[in-house]
Amino acid sequence: MTYPQSYRYTKQHEWIDAKDGVGTIGITDYAQHELGDVVFVELPKPGAKVQVGKSFGNVESVKAVSEIYAPVSGEVMEANADLEATPEKLNSDPHKSAWLIRVKLADPSELNQLMDAKSYEAFISDKNKEASA
Amino acid sequence: MHRRLGAKMVNFGGWDMPVEYPSTGGLVAEHKAVRGSVGVFDVSHMGDIRISTARSRGGALTAVQHITVNDAAKLAIGQAQYSAMLYPSGTFVDDVIVHRLGDDDFLLVINAGTREKDINWVRENTASHDCKVEELSDAYTQLAIQGPRAIDVLQKLTDVDLRPIRNYWFTHGVVCGLKNILIARTGYTGEDGFEIYVPSDVATSEDVWTKVMEAGREFGIIPCGLGSRNTLRLEAKMALYGHEISENINVWEAGLDRYCKMEKGDFIGRSELELAKDAGLTRTLVGLEMIERGIARDEYRCVNEQGEPIGVITSGSPSPTLSKNIALAYLPPSMSAIGTTVYVEIRNQKAKAQVVATPFYKRAKKSASPQFAGAV
Repeated sequence: MTYPQSYRYTKQHEWIDAKDGVGTIGITDYAQHELGDVVFVELPKPGAKVQVGKSFGNVESVKAVSEIYAPVSGEVMEANADLEATPEKLNSDPHKSAWLIRVKLADPSELNQLMDAKSYEAFISDKNKEASA
Repeated sequence: MHRRLGAKMVNFGGWDMPVEYPSTGGLVAEHKAVRGSVGVFDVSHMGDIRISTARSRGGALTAVQHITVNDAAKLAIGQAQYSAMLYPSGTFVDDVIVHRLGDDDFLLVINAGTREKDINWVRENTASHDCKVEELSDAYTQLAIQGPRAIDVLQKLTDVDLRPIRNYWFTHGVVCGLKNILIARTGYTGEDGFEIYVPSDVATSEDVWTKVMEAGREFGIIPCGLGSRNTLRLEAKMALYGHEISENINVWEAGLDRYCKMEKGDFIGRSELELAKDAGLTRTLVGLEMIERGIARDEYRCVNEQGEPIGVITSGSPSPTLSKNIALAYLPPSMSAIGTTVYVEIRNQKAKAQVVATPFYKRAKKSASPQFAGAV
């Protein structure tokens, strides 16, 4: 799967698609692959504050629980309600329809700390090399 | 080899083990393959200890009786039993499968994570017995072929007639051209299946693995990892060391009474178990099913309606067969009746669950006993 050029990425494998002060946040294809079959997603409610680098929710696969970390600070405008009934979308379409939350950015300059698609792909390719070493 | 198959690996008891094989569908697909048809696990991490005659006949049997809770004297040659080794406190060193290879010759299959401890325990506690103890763990690659079609797969690779081998019995025969291979109708999935023990050199192991995969292709066989092994055994309520059983939990609490033969004579842990029986249980292992949204995970706390702690989850997971979230937990006997409402603390919130009957999953019994089944 390709990593959209316009997105920014974290080392914890979240992505953010930021436009006009609003960021859509999700987990990467690499992350869903590591998790395996996703069965449960727990997200904050609209109005909740998220803080850069802090956990804002959980994704559970059959085998484990993983926290999701905010790539930026801000206020939650919307959480993806579809994922409650169909969490498996996170496995099939992690970069698009299975987004997690939309936030109003508190400080757009935080985006500068994140990786672009090329850096992220290099980052996970190193990880894959480690795993098969 | 497992990496070549696209496996995700994890360190387990010092072993690099496959968790799941995403390229063939991952954990849920593996789980369903075993319930519906057949899957194969490399379980070479399991340890093997042979206890046999040294000078006088009967020494090995006496030693096995001394260190395990089940009655090994009742085993016929070619029969195996689920058993356990206990500390003097009546709590678990490990659970084991005891195979009777000969009149005074036994093979104990033990867990990976407790291997070192187990072998030391066996050596120390059989030192005064007239028997020979050998660790054979590194000599075998152990493959578990599991599922209702496991028999069809393995039958293609051996000239031994597998149908007469009953559950928890074993034999020796030619498998994949290798002589004298131990073939046991055992497993850790709650499904029918076999475990075979082949020489552990890489070439032989890979050859057997490849032949099993080829023989199983028509039945949709896939390689299975530790992830599905865990969900399968949990549905069947089979204990996992460090979870349902440990050095802090005794046989009665774990509900393994039927494997513990108090009448067979003395064994390590017996006197404390007698006292514990008289004292009564303070906690007991129960099955839970989540009613509210949420998945109970290992080590989560169980609480009552008021939020007071009452127990702990030992294993919890979504159940791929039942499409429910299930768990095993230690609770006070007063809270253990089927239908009792309890709560599980999931990330500081209470989620409602109820006590249910176990095992969560039980395979359908065939109309005929296995020795006659399949004689079409």
